[in-house]
Amino acid sequence: MALPPYITPLRRVWHYVFRTLCGLVFLFLAAPLVIIIPLSFNAEPYFVFTEAMMSLDPKGYSLRWYIDFWESQEWMETVQNSFVIAIAATALSTALGTLAALGLSRSSMPSRGLVMAILISPMIIPVVISGAGAFFFYSYVGLTGTKIGIILAHAALGTPFVVITVTATLVGFDSTLIRASASLGANPLQTFFKVIMPLISPGVVSGALFAFVTSFDEVVIVLFMADYDQRTIPIQMWSGIREQLSPTILAVATLLIAASIMVIAMVEMLRRRSERLRGVTPA
Amino acid sequence: MKGGQGTFEVADQAQLQLKLRLSARRSKVTAFCLVLPLLAFILVTFVLPIGSLLYRSVYNPTVVDVLTETVAALQSWDGDDVPDEPVFAALAVDLVKARQEQTFGPVAAQLNFDLGGMRSLITKSVREIEKTSEGLYKPAFLEIDPRWGETATWAAVRTNSQRYTAAFYVTAVDRRFDSRGQVVLVDEDLRIYINLFVRTIWVSSAITALCLLLGFPIAYLMAAVPTRYSNFLLIAVLLPFWTSLLVRTTSWVVILQREGVINELLIWLGLIGEDGRLALVHNMTGTIVAMAQILLPFMVLPLFSVMKTIPLNYMHAAQSLGASPEKSFLTVYLPNTLPGIGAGSILVFILAIGYYITPELVGGRTGQLIGNFIAYHMQSSLNWGLAGALGSILLAGILALYFVYDRIVGIEKLKLG
Repeated sequence: MALPPYITPLRRVWHYVFRTLCGLVFLFLAAPLVIIIPLSFNAEPYFVFTEAMMSLDPKGYSLRWYIDFWESQEWMETVQNSFVIAIAATALSTALGTLAALGLSRSSMPSRGLVMAILISPMIIPVVISGAGAFFFYSYVGLTGTKIGIILAHAALGTPFVVITVTATLVGFDSTLIRASASLGANPLQTFFKVIMPLISPGVVSGALFAFVTSFDEVVIVLFMADYDQRTIPIQMWSGIREQLSPTILAVATLLIAASIMVIAMVEMLRRRSERLRGVTPA
Repeated sequence: MKGGQGTFEVADQAQLQLKLRLSARRSKVTAFCLVLPLLAFILVTFVLPIGSLLYRSVYNPTVVDVLTETVAALQSWDGDDVPDEPVFAALAVDLVKARQEQTFGPVAAQLNFDLGGMRSLITKSVREIEKTSEGLYKPAFLEIDPRWGETATWAAVRTNSQRYTAAFYVTAVDRRFDSRGQVVLVDEDLRIYINLFVRTIWVSSAITALCLLLGFPIAYLMAAVPTRYSNFLLIAVLLPFWTSLLVRTTSWVVILQREGVINELLIWLGLIGEDGRLALVHNMTGTIVAMAQILLPFMVLPLFSVMKTIPLNYMHAAQSLGASPEKSFLTVYLPNTLPGIGAGSILVFILAIGYYITPELVGGRTGQLIGNFIAYHMQSSLNWGLAGALGSILLAGILALYFVYDRIVGIEKLKLG
């Protein structure tokens, strides 16, 4: 968007004003993440920048909240729960979602619109509604207060992401490859693992990441369904924010931000790889 | 082929058609079989739970199961006057039995939802009615508590006298059944939910508008700059999107609180005094600001994906034909972005009206939305029927919007990043 030479001064000013405004919006998007990071190194148990921090005095900074987090058995249990639940839910939703996406991408799929609408609905319906429903239903079958119940409910929330990302990688998928592989004597399983899977793997992995993050970050269902033994990281943060605000929460938050930066880097890498594999040039 | 010169005989043709049909059907079945496991999974783990929420919103067995005789005796009550002796006698039988079986607790709680004080009234009566072994029960009950002589008390019992009931929906729209069974508005200070629904819609619209206002320029910028810059900007948009919701909500508490970053900055700049600290969080402002930031990526992404496809040459063409830049923007560019505006707005609005976590943490008392009350009735008041009814009303609204979204945008076009 270079400025053409014939532009009037007024427009030139507007151009810079516009850029500044956009910068402010990006600041609004990113600021909440940036601000929390230095505060997590606060030496004092406060949520504000202390004098020592402002003057960049090393005494104002410390790792005490990270150590606090590391040494707290309560936090470590939540970390373990979060990972167990998220990994199991992700495995379930990735397997089911990938299979379904393969079916949905076939032109012969009957009543695709309706099926798709049902499969995507967990993403659209607010968690407070699905959480309430999950509580009623899972307590009826005796699965509240168990990890299995939470895993099933989380897997349901994660599947739309897998379906969407895998379906997207299957757009432009050359279905003659399947026939070619069959004509060369491969059985359907071999075709799936040797031909289809390598092509759709970027979509599968990024769908799995979405599903993982969805479960890892989910509060409401766990809040409604879990006992003390199934507390996850978000639940621990949630009660921390509501009851006793401890800067340990900021340390955890910073670690989560670091994790999300890694996740986003991975997704971006996968997206480029997928575009390369499918021969689509980046738009 | 038996037919000469490349023509099929009728029998062959029919056979071929049959084979084609079979193969088409087989491929249909294969496709469906691939989808079936997930479909079954979603139906069991997601759709059935939603169904049980709907069921809860009309299912009210507590009072019917315990006060069986009373409910039956109340059938003929006209609601004008306090019921007669048979009803009181039935109540005595039910309460004595409830005391033996320890089942009166939930009944007392359920009745208390409809009329404050019913809990203590039931508990007290259960304790004392056993002492009455003979004589008339009506005076005995009135002796225990004069509230048994009020029609409102009996109206509350009758409201709960149906196993399948519309009573929770009636409560969810700030109404109740009076003693004659008519639906009337509740007292002014008890009207919560209509206002809450209106507020939820209003706040969600404000958030949607704010997201559009903030998202449109940056989506435009991203579409206008070369790809390597726009990829970088896209990551800036996606990073908050990938970051834990609780992390972002926590940051907003840290930023907006009384001793928070914004207030400190304003004091440092000398714009406000120590005692002029602004209340930015734990109220409506907190809810709107935090939710706008959290939902902004959902506006930017659809806008960007539409704007990417609009060639900037259109604007240049309009300008070369004599339109001013403003006019070419308004008449050429803007109409082309409408699908993106529609998709982003509906998405943000749908997500906003069901929000619970963020309003709970930054909304204080005035920034609560309908989701907060559903959670409150699920967890604190334990009025699950009402939670079900409020949830079902919200669900109906969201499904309607989902349908509109599907019609306008197509659910299959939903993209992530």
